[in-house]
Formats: sequence, structure tokens, C-alpha cells
Amino acid sequence: MTDAFISLRGITKAFGAFKAVDDVNLDIARGEFFSLLGPSGCGKTTLLRMIAGFETPTEGDVVIDGVSMSAVPPHRRPTNMVFQSYAIFPHLDVAQNVAYGLRRDKLDKAEVAGRVGEALAMVKLSGYESRRSNELSGGQRQRVALARALIKRPKVLLLDEPLGALDRKLREEMQLELRTLQRSVGITFVFVTHDQEEALTMSDRVAVMSQGKPIQVASPRDLYERPNSVEVADFIGKMNFLPCRRLNGSGEAGEVEADGLGRVPVVNGAECPDVATLVVAVRPEKLSLHADEPAGALKIRCRMQNTAYLGDRSHYVVSVDGLERALAVSAQNADPEAARQLAGGASLWLSWAPDALIALPAER
Amino acid sequence: MSGIGREKNRPLAVYAVLYLAFLYVPVLFLPVFSFNDSIYISFPLKGFTTQWYASMIGNEPLLAALGNSIRVALATAFISTLLGIFAAKAVTRYKMPGSRPVIGAIMLPLVVPEIILGTALLIVIMQAGGTLSLLTVTLGHVLLCVPFAMAVLMSRFEGFDRSMEEASADLGENAWWTFWRVTVPMAMPGITASFLLCFTISFDEFIMAFFLGSTDPTLPVYMWNQLRFPQRLPGVLALGSCILLISFFVIALAEYLRRRSSFNDETAKVTID
Amino acid sequence: MTSATSATLAVDAPRASAWRRLLMRSEALRGYLLLSPTLLVMLGIMVIPMIGMVVLSFWTQLAGNTFDNAFTLKNYADAFTRDMYRILFVRSLGISLLTTFFTVLLAYPVAYYVAFHVKRHKMVWIILMTLPFWTSYLLRVFAWKIILGYNGAINSGLLSLGMISEPLTVLLYNPSAVVITLTHAWAAFAILPIYVSLEKIDRSLLEAATDLGDGPVARFFRVVLPLSLPGIIAASVLIFIPTVGDYVTPSLVGGTEGYMISNAIQFQFARGNNWPLGAALALSSMVIVTVIVMTYVVVVRRLTARIG
Repeated sequence: MTDAFISLRGITKAFGAFKAVDDVNLDIARGEFFSLLGPSGCGKTTLLRMIAGFETPTEGDVVIDGVSMSAVPPHRRPTNMVFQSYAIFPHLDVAQNVAYGLRRDKLDKAEVAGRVGEALAMVKLSGYESRRSNELSGGQRQRVALARALIKRPKVLLLDEPLGALDRKLREEMQLELRTLQRSVGITFVFVTHDQEEALTMSDRVAVMSQGKPIQVASPRDLYERPNSVEVADFIGKMNFLPCRRLNGSGEAGEVEADGLGRVPVVNGAECPDVATLVVAVRPEKLSLHADEPAGALKIRCRMQNTAYLGDRSHYVVSVDGLERALAVSAQNADPEAARQLAGGASLWLSWAPDALIALPAER
Repeated sequence: MSGIGREKNRPLAVYAVLYLAFLYVPVLFLPVFSFNDSIYISFPLKGFTTQWYASMIGNEPLLAALGNSIRVALATAFISTLLGIFAAKAVTRYKMPGSRPVIGAIMLPLVVPEIILGTALLIVIMQAGGTLSLLTVTLGHVLLCVPFAMAVLMSRFEGFDRSMEEASADLGENAWWTFWRVTVPMAMPGITASFLLCFTISFDEFIMAFFLGSTDPTLPVYMWNQLRFPQRLPGVLALGSCILLISFFVIALAEYLRRRSSFNDETAKVTID
Repeated sequence: MTSATSATLAVDAPRASAWRRLLMRSEALRGYLLLSPTLLVMLGIMVIPMIGMVVLSFWTQLAGNTFDNAFTLKNYADAFTRDMYRILFVRSLGISLLTTFFTVLLAYPVAYYVAFHVKRHKMVWIILMTLPFWTSYLLRVFAWKIILGYNGAINSGLLSLGMISEPLTVLLYNPSAVVITLTHAWAAFAILPIYVSLEKIDRSLLEAATDLGDGPVARFFRVVLPLSLPGIIAASVLIFIPTVGDYVTPSLVGGTEGYMISNAIQFQFARGNNWPLGAALALSSMVIVTVIVMTYVVVVRRLTARIG
């Protein structure tokens, strides 16, 4: 890749025999909002800390804007970080915190005050200059951390689960704000999170990490619609998995014999469809329930097992003959009366679109 | 909930108060007799006087000893706290193989009798052709104080959110500036406590000063020498009462600083991926 | 960006960075670098003096301040065979053992009270208990001289109350005066470790013991005491070792009957002017104490392991 702005080359970080990060190769483009997503312990934070320089890779090299970082200590790197705990210095007030990184620039007082004012205005904290960290709410601390990092005008801003400590409403607000901010300053953001919704909402691209490796790097849409493995499909959103046998097909489409569904067309979600065993994956909202037999060829009879009413939508669990595990179905409650009918009906029909089923290698 | 261990236990409470009395009452005899108008230290008390305190004011040797003690204590507190900062920072910040035995070795002076530490130091100083002075006393006091300084500072640094220093590095400061702009200000209560503690230990210390001192005594050695003269006993009591009062005040301040956790309002989440 | 450019840039980095890179990679190296000033100072004022003391203990004192540095075991032979030193060793150990026993015994209930019964002002109690410890050791010992003396507080008090007709001489200048004074002086070293070990005990363990049918007494001996044993061991060691070598207390309140080994050591370094013998006495007492403490710790551990 020629336009890689941050390039991770064969990065491995071993703690004794345990490899927290295992031979990672990733390229991140200039101005991109890039997320590292994964459960705790997957190595995403370690990877971020290696970009910042707080951890040294056991093997491999971090290259930022064409410069190898292997001999560059953290304080000389063109990166700044928003810490998970925010790390607001408790002995300094907000303005002093934000101005902390400007000492080396040898600016006069007025310039510093100007830059601090700008930075605080950017994060909507004007007027909080003389507060201390214990007088700030979680959201305000997060904004101070952001202003303190951005005032340095870094090439890369690293964010380590910065929204994790906030309550849900504030978190959603900050997600939007961060995204807007990133667009306006044009700095490359590398964002670490374990919250898949957050990653999908904010990012240009997401790397889903598992056991020290990125298992899929793609846009949010592709991650959701075309996961490349059971692991990604399972981690991002909800997914039904059905055992199946491969019949034929190559490239984009194919055909399988799936338990309960019979001969059905599938999209080859994985790039390696030639493995012996496959599973078919289908999202609950891509399945439609009908009281009467629908038109079209892709349909099957089913029985209602369980329903859950969630307000805007309902979750159903239905069983299909020949299928060991029940299927989850999700539907919008646009027509409450129809929803009530479905919930009450014992014998129903299930249908889906031709591109709803994805074939994935059934590894592990 | 039965609230075990929370039920009232009056005999135990009475005992605890008696024990406190056992700790404090003997020491209180010093100030009591220091105001007694008699050179004999015995009951019944003869009458109230401040003459023993007044007699200290123009006492040249006493004031010289006081000056010596203050100089030694200041130097000891400064050196010990500085060494304590380095050591405590190192063992709490870095994963080091073999750090436990090293900490144990630094803490050793806590349990070795002072007379052994003192005479060992004396032997080496004399063999090296050195002369005894307030400097050698200071060396002895540093040896005694470093373990205390390190213990106080270790507990301070252990609660340190590591990302504070990382944030400083991230914002462009090298280790030296990070130390002065973040580590030291944040550890200031611990540093002050350590300084005060070491000052008091040195100020009150007798054995090292006795073995390693020259004819220029510190205050405790001066007092020791006065004990030979029964008629000067009330004066010693007055001096001792002053020292007790100052020590109590300084130590109470140090304890307050040490135990006050000023940064516990930080919502430092410690979950690291 | 091609890999060729970045490779050149990496090579361009200053050669001194090899050292920097090593530092960046090795946490242990950075740690020991930061630790080195303290270690060097402690080496200079503790380790080297100790070695010096060991070496000196094998030499012979000559006139003035010179030594014959031919190797000899005579000082140790003297230390272990002369009746005077044997008596002093035994007496020092006896006094320390008694002091340790009484200090722990008296302090345990207080530590227990603060750990389990004090609710709101725990810190105040702990500070109150430890505050006297930080004040002048000399003065605290001296206070007992005033209290126990021939014309001291107790005697004059009892006399003026008419309870005795002449001053008691049994109070001061004997081993028990030393034990009383030391028990008072080292209280904090017992309270703190015991309190810490009691405070650590999970309260639900006590509830479990009660739930399983133990009354308060059985619960104390079967749960609380065994779990606070580490604190008792720590307290015993912290008191026993330094008190064996205490100098101030026996000098002020011990009299000739209460002299301890440290008085003999001090004598050899002062008027006796036999430094090698003094060094041998000091080291011998340290070795004896270390052996006793290690035996004690091992035995107690074994015993508790069997109970557990």
C-alpha cells in the first residue's frame, strides 16, 4: 500500500510465552478514523500502546508517516493519546493540563492562553480553565484529555476506550461529537474499543481483533454484511448459524444443503469456501415471518417457540423441522396488530432474500 | 446480619484505654517534673516554676548542640528522602527481577541493632583514616532513615496511576521533566511526610550520634552527658519536654500528610485490555 | 511510502540509540539504574562497614589504634568461652524474649479491639498508638528512670501516701526494670503488624465460624488467632532482634545486674579499647539472634501447617 500513513509491520509483543500481539500487519490511511475492536485481552490496547511507544514490540516495526519509530521514545513521537482513565493531572487545573505539552514550544503567555482557549472552545469547555480534575464530571474530564492531546496538533490521535467510563446517553453524544471533531481537524484517529456498536458508528474502518491478531479489517458495512469468519459474525451483532454441506459454487455465489432449509443459495462470505465443513450464517432481521404462505421460492414452515416484545421491534424464536437449534428472528413493530398476530400464531412461514445467507468456514 | 465483631465489648475497650495510658503517662512525667520547683524529682510536687526553661535560653553549649542537631537532621532528611524517592520509584514503577531481596536489604537497618550498625560504620571510618564529625553522624542517620523514607514513599507510589506519567511522556516531556512536573508534585504529601519523619528520627537519635560523633555533640548526646550531673536533671527535663512537644507536632503532621489520600477522587480505572 | 525510505531513516538514527534502545527494551535495566544511587549509598554505609566489621573481628588490637591483621579466632574464642560474655549473652536473650512475649501479649488485645470494635476513628487510634514511638527513644527510657528511681515517682508517691516506710530498691537497676522499659518502648512494633494482620481477616470467615456453631471463644482460637499469626511472627521478630542489642535501656535503668551484651560491646570500643573483640561480640550476638529467629519462624510455620 502506498498511501499507508501508519504502517504496522510484523508487530509481535510477547510477555513471556504469551503473545499479546501476534505478527500484526496493518496499514492505516491518513485522516482515517480507524478502530481496533475486540473483547478484553485481545491485544488491542497493547497494540495502541506500541504505536504510542509505551510498549516496545518484541518484533516488528511501527512506521508513522514514513519514519520508523523503533528508536523514537514516546515523548518524541508525533502521536498523542487520550487515556482510558483520562490521566488528568490532579495537581494542575484545566488550563494547566491543556497547556502541559506546550512547554517545549517556548510560546509566550498570550500565545499559550490563546491556544488553550481555542482547544477548550473546540471541546466546548470554555470557562472551565481554573477547575481541578476532581471538580469535573467524567464527560468533562474526557474533553480535557481530548483538548490536551489535540493542542499538540499530533499526526495521530490515539484513543484508549475513552468512552468506556461514561453513561450510555453521554456516550452516544460523545460518539457523534468525536466523529465530527475528527472530520474537522482531519487528524488520523486510532480508536480502541470493545463496544461493537461504538466501532461501527464512528469508524471509517475497523479491525476486529482476536487473540493478538486482526481477523478482519473492513468498513463497518462490510463487517456487518460480509463477515469473513464465524468469530467476526458472532462478535458483531446477532447471528444464526446453521450446519450445512457444500454442493457447488465459486466466487460470489454458491449453493449448499443446509439442515432444515434444504438446497439454498448462499453468498460466500469467506474468501476460503473450499474447506470441508461450512456453516450458513443469517442475521435475525434478514428473516421475515409470515402468518400466510408468502410468494417466492426461499421459504419454509416454522413454529413459534418464544417471543420478546422490545417496543420498536420484537424478537422471536422459531423452530424448523430438521434443525437442531431454534432460529432467532427480529422484526420491526411497524404494524402492532400484525406483530400481535405473529406472536399468537403457532404455525408460521419464514422467508428470506437470496443474498441473506452467508457461507462461512466452520473453524474451531 | 449478626454484625460479628461489632458488638460492644466493654472490658476490651477499658483495656485499650488503659493501654493508651500505659503508653502516654510515663512520658508525661517529663513535662510534669519540668515545672516542679525542686532539683529532686520526687513526689509530692513542690511548686510551679518556669526557671528550668528560662535557664535554657542563655545556655551556649545547649544552643550549639541544638544547632548541630538541626543541621544534621536537615541534611539527613534531605538525603534520605531523595534516596527514598529514587528507590521507591524504581521498585514500584519497574518490573525488576530480584527486587524483593534488594528491598529487603535496604530495609535491613530497621531490624539490626543500632549499636552494630554504628560500630561497623565506626570501624570503616577509622580504618579509612576519617575523623568523626557531624558528617559521620549524618551518614549513620541516613542509614537509619532510608528504610523509613522508602516505606513511606513506596506506599505513596504504589497508588500511582501509571498513565499520569505516560500522559506526560505522550505530551512531549522526557523522563527528567516528567519527574519534576508530574511525579514529584503528585507525590508531594508523601515526600513531605518522609522528610518530616526522617528529620524527627535524626533529631531524636542517640546511638549513632554517640558512636560516630566528635566532641561537638548533638542534642541527645548533650542530654546524655548532662545525666551525669544530678543537679542539672530538671534542666534536662525541661529540654526533653520541649523536644517531645516538637517531635509530637512534627510527627502528627507527617502522619496526617501520609495517611491523607488526596488523589482518591480520581476515577482511575485500572482495567487494561 | 516505500520500505526503502523508512529503512534509510532507521539507519540514519544516531548510533548512540543502541544504548537508548536497550534502555527502552529493558525495564529491569531502567529500574536498577534508578535504584543505583540508593544501592550505592547503602553499599557504602551498610554493606562495606559490615564486611569491615567481619574482617576486623579476626584481627588483634595493638597499642593505640593499630591492629595486627594476622588471622585469629581468639576474639570469638573469648566471646564464647569467657563467663562474663556468656552471662551477658544469656541475659540479653532472656530479657529480649521476655520483652517480646510481654509486648505481644499486651498489645494483641488492643490491636484486636481497634481492628474489630472501633468503627469510626480507626486511624486516630492507630496514630495515637504509634505516635510515642516516633519521639525520642532516649527520653522515653529516661522517663522510666524517673518513675522507677530510688527517689522516683513511684517510691516518693508511695512514701508520701504512707504505704511504704522507705524507698523500694527493687524497682530500678535490675533486669525487670529493663523488661518493663523495653515493653513500653517497643509497643508500636507489636501493635502495627498485629493490627494489619487482623484487619486483613475477611469478616465473613467469622460469620461462617459462628454459623458452623463456634462460640466467640472457640471462634477466636480456631479462626482469628491462626489467621493473625503472620502478624504475631512479624511483631516478635521486629521486637526481638533490635532489643537484644539495645544499649540505652540497660545503661539507664539496668544497673550492673541489668547490663546487656551491648554494654560490653560499647566498652570494647571505648575504654576497653579492644575493637576486634567488640566486633566479634557484636557479630556473635547477631548470628545467635538470627539462628534463634529462623528457628522460631520455621517452628511456628511447621506448627501452623500441622494445625491447618
